[in-house]
Amino acid sequence: MTLQTATRTAATVSDPPGLTPTLPAARFLPCGDTALTVELGDGVDLAVNALVLALAARVRDAAVPGIVELVPTFRSLTIHYDPLTVVHSELEARLLLLLSGLSAAGRTGRLWRIPVCYHDSVAPDLAEVAGRTALAPERVVELHSRAAYRVYMVGFLPGFPYMGELPRELALPRRENPRTAVPAGSVAIATTLTSVYTLESPGGWHLVGRTPAPLWDRARDPPVLLAAGDRVRFQPISLDDYAALASRSAAGEMRLQPEEAPAGAGELP
Amino acid sequence: MTPALRVVAPGLMTTLQDLGRRGYQSLGIPVSGALDAVGLVAANAVVGNAPGTGALEIAHLGPALLVEADSVRVAFAGGAAAIEVLPGEGAPGGRRLAPLQSARLERGEVLRIGALGQSALGYLAVEGGFDAAPVLGSQSTYARAGLGGFAGRALRAGDRLPLRRAEAEEREEGMLPSLDLAPPGRIRVVFGPQDDCFSARGRRTLLEATFRVSAASDRMGMRLEGPALEHAGGFNIVSDGIAPGSIQVPGNGLPIVLLADRQTTGGYPKIATVIAADLPALGRLVPGASIAFAAVGIAEAEAEHRRHAAMLAALPQRVVAARTGPGIDPAALLVSNLVSGVVSAHDP
Repeated sequence: MTLQTATRTAATVSDPPGLTPTLPAARFLPCGDTALTVELGDGVDLAVNALVLALAARVRDAAVPGIVELVPTFRSLTIHYDPLTVVHSELEARLLLLLSGLSAAGRTGRLWRIPVCYHDSVAPDLAEVAGRTALAPERVVELHSRAAYRVYMVGFLPGFPYMGELPRELALPRRENPRTAVPAGSVAIATTLTSVYTLESPGGWHLVGRTPAPLWDRARDPPVLLAAGDRVRFQPISLDDYAALASRSAAGEMRLQPEEAPAGAGELP
Repeated sequence: MTPALRVVAPGLMTTLQDLGRRGYQSLGIPVSGALDAVGLVAANAVVGNAPGTGALEIAHLGPALLVEADSVRVAFAGGAAAIEVLPGEGAPGGRRLAPLQSARLERGEVLRIGALGQSALGYLAVEGGFDAAPVLGSQSTYARAGLGGFAGRALRAGDRLPLRRAEAEEREEGMLPSLDLAPPGRIRVVFGPQDDCFSARGRRTLLEATFRVSAASDRMGMRLEGPALEHAGGFNIVSDGIAPGSIQVPGNGLPIVLLADRQTTGGYPKIATVIAADLPALGRLVPGASIAFAAVGIAEAEAEHRRHAAMLAALPQRVVAARTGPGIDPAALLVSNLVSGVVSAHDP
């Protein structure tokens, strides 16, 4: 997927001469005087997200003075900047150039294999998910752990990875009654997404397993394991293995290393 | 023993904050930092610290702190609080301190900061700063994830807050002759990023209504009570990034202004964004205070940003030698403008 040119910009900025609208269009959404969101599509979509990550890489490489940090999300890139160094109009002009000919080709993130225990005792919603999807619990586990996911974005909680695409058979809306406290390490699904609650938190997703892997570790810099663009596979483990790994993890002795990213430029999960 | 302040009483919600933690929002880690950067920078300026040195952010009710160092120089900026120095824990008598004026405390003395009036926030800076290891480049406390500050949380009774200096530097006390902490008549916003998710009536309501600060506000967001803002369609968007001051409007139509501990991304439409120059004043509003908004363009917001940044940068140069002598310095109280300009519920 390639973005030809940036086009429709929001409200106050008119298109520079020589650029004609094409699809998909980029929209510039002002976020006050210290941030700007560049929106590249409408929904949760691997191809659009790949463009977002490609744009983030381009902006980072361009080292535009005044840009403080970049937050890639499903379909847009939020750019936090210092208006004492670069003002909104200048930033839009720089971004229009960086958007030109944007392509997601050649990018691939780290691949992680994350152990997950799907035993009932740590998967409180597995039976209900099986019931509502008319699948055997074993089949739910098989589908969930067989797929490869991409981290679309990290947000909601420190280190909380929004990953997709969940196999269509497992897609369910969020729980009607969110929990007030979801345990850290809970592996969860909702809509077309899956994630891991990195901290104990309120939450409305279906809990289908638990990982002992330290996805959040305050002693690490950065304390977060997964980043947008990474790829993830879940490895089913037994309850005994879970208990053993969980105690190692609690003692700070469990370290995950990314597996080699495969060759094949531009490969997506 | 290392020099420290020992927490006799923690206050309502007292945390160590500097100017925030940058560069980790893509990993979901909020910026945090002082809700009121003006108060932080002012308190630091008075004790001679660099502007972004970590200081205690005090919400509503201040702490009592016992000096366990040979001496320490402190300064307070923010809501009009009674600031007392007692000769010891539980000891009667003592002296009053003025805000925006440094004072030297001796070992065994207790600094007690009372309830804050008119402003929700105050900052207590110590000369040299607190000796708390920066986490991810910042001393700011983000309690939800246990990051930064002292043990990653608000102060508790019994905590020891290590100091970088063992004693106060030998020099004259300083004071800031004036500091305007009054909120602007209207908080200024730039529309977007999702103003198109609201009806024309919804956008009008934001500018025409007077809202009230809810008691359910915290460092993450200020909840406002008032008329609901009408959405144009649904009230869920595909989650995207959040700027400081974003005004998020969930399904009930009641706006939430997202502050220092805001989550980095969110799935509710954001009708407008409070300009950076007005965020410190917003943070000072107490529950029940009235608040109204006015829309400005980005260029005007940027001009205000420059003006505000220049004001902050000039604060250290405005510190002058304080007159010595015990008791309240009435001049310092009078010029600390906390009252005029408070938004009135009778405003249009």
